[in-house]
Amino acid sequence: MKAKVYVTIKQNVLDPQGNAVQGALHTLGFNEVGKVRIGKYLEIDLDTNDRAQAEEKLKTMCEKLLANTVVEDYRFELEG
Amino acid sequence: MKFAVIVFPGSNCDIDCYKAVEDTVGESVDYVFHTATDLSAYDAILVPGGFSYGDYLRCGAIAQFAPVMAEVQKAAEAGKFVLGICNGFQILTEAGLLPGALIRNNSLKFRCHQVGLVVENATTGFTNAYSQGEVIQIPIAHGEGSYFVEDEQLAALKANNQIVFRYAGDNPNGSVDDIAGVCNEAGNVVGMMPHPERAVKEILGSADGAKMFTSVLNAWRERNGAASIR
Repeated sequence: MKAKVYVTIKQNVLDPQGNAVQGALHTLGFNEVGKVRIGKYLEIDLDTNDRAQAEEKLKTMCEKLLANTVVEDYRFELEG
Repeated sequence: MKFAVIVFPGSNCDIDCYKAVEDTVGESVDYVFHTATDLSAYDAILVPGGFSYGDYLRCGAIAQFAPVMAEVQKAAEAGKFVLGICNGFQILTEAGLLPGALIRNNSLKFRCHQVGLVVENATTGFTNAYSQGEVIQIPIAHGEGSYFVEDEQLAALKANNQIVFRYAGDNPNGSVDDIAGVCNEAGNVVGMMPHPERAVKEILGSADGAKMFTSVLNAWRERNGAASIR
């Protein structure tokens, strides 16, 4: 199975990179741009066909390593 | 007293920490590699600055699972003195030994200069030689040093006197409540973004960091019944 993991900065935590990109987009004339948030995207190949087990393992991976839950949220999608 | 300086792949302040111990208190100090599985011989553990594991994923994220970290955890629980400086602070928060997290500076810039620090808690193992409210000069050198905790946790830190240092004057990174360093509830584990090991002699620009090291020797001697030095 393939997993797509998204790690994002929590809404109440400042994202200075997102703010800088927002400013750059405005400078380029994209005035319709509102808030920009930057996060991380991970593709993970999993050697299993058991969806429930894969979900459980991914949750543990996110909690232990992939996201720092003090400042980040995570979500994932499973394919295959 | 025996000091350990932990060395991860990518640590770059390990030599400064080692030399600071030699030059300030002259006690025994060893480099201890990240693969070590026994820290029982040491009384104080210094987790130095740098870019452990290339800061991959997040600063300190990979380092928190190095074999030696289980021993650092044990030492902290046993009440031994643990100091994390800069990347070491990031590692200790990732490992859950200290509350909060360090995120990107609000300026997006790597800030490398002297800062004034207010000693907010002069009772920890690493700050007992300072006086409460004293302002000291210590350099910073970081791009991801903005300390963050939720409001609830911040209130708990204040209530437990866990804020050890605040930036005096300008906040260089946008940290919550101007926090530059914190400790655990027991006060034996301290983490800070500024680099006291780079400020142990006037020729380096400041000698104000030296008392971090004399403090921990004091604390260790008090605990072990030997005469204290000031």
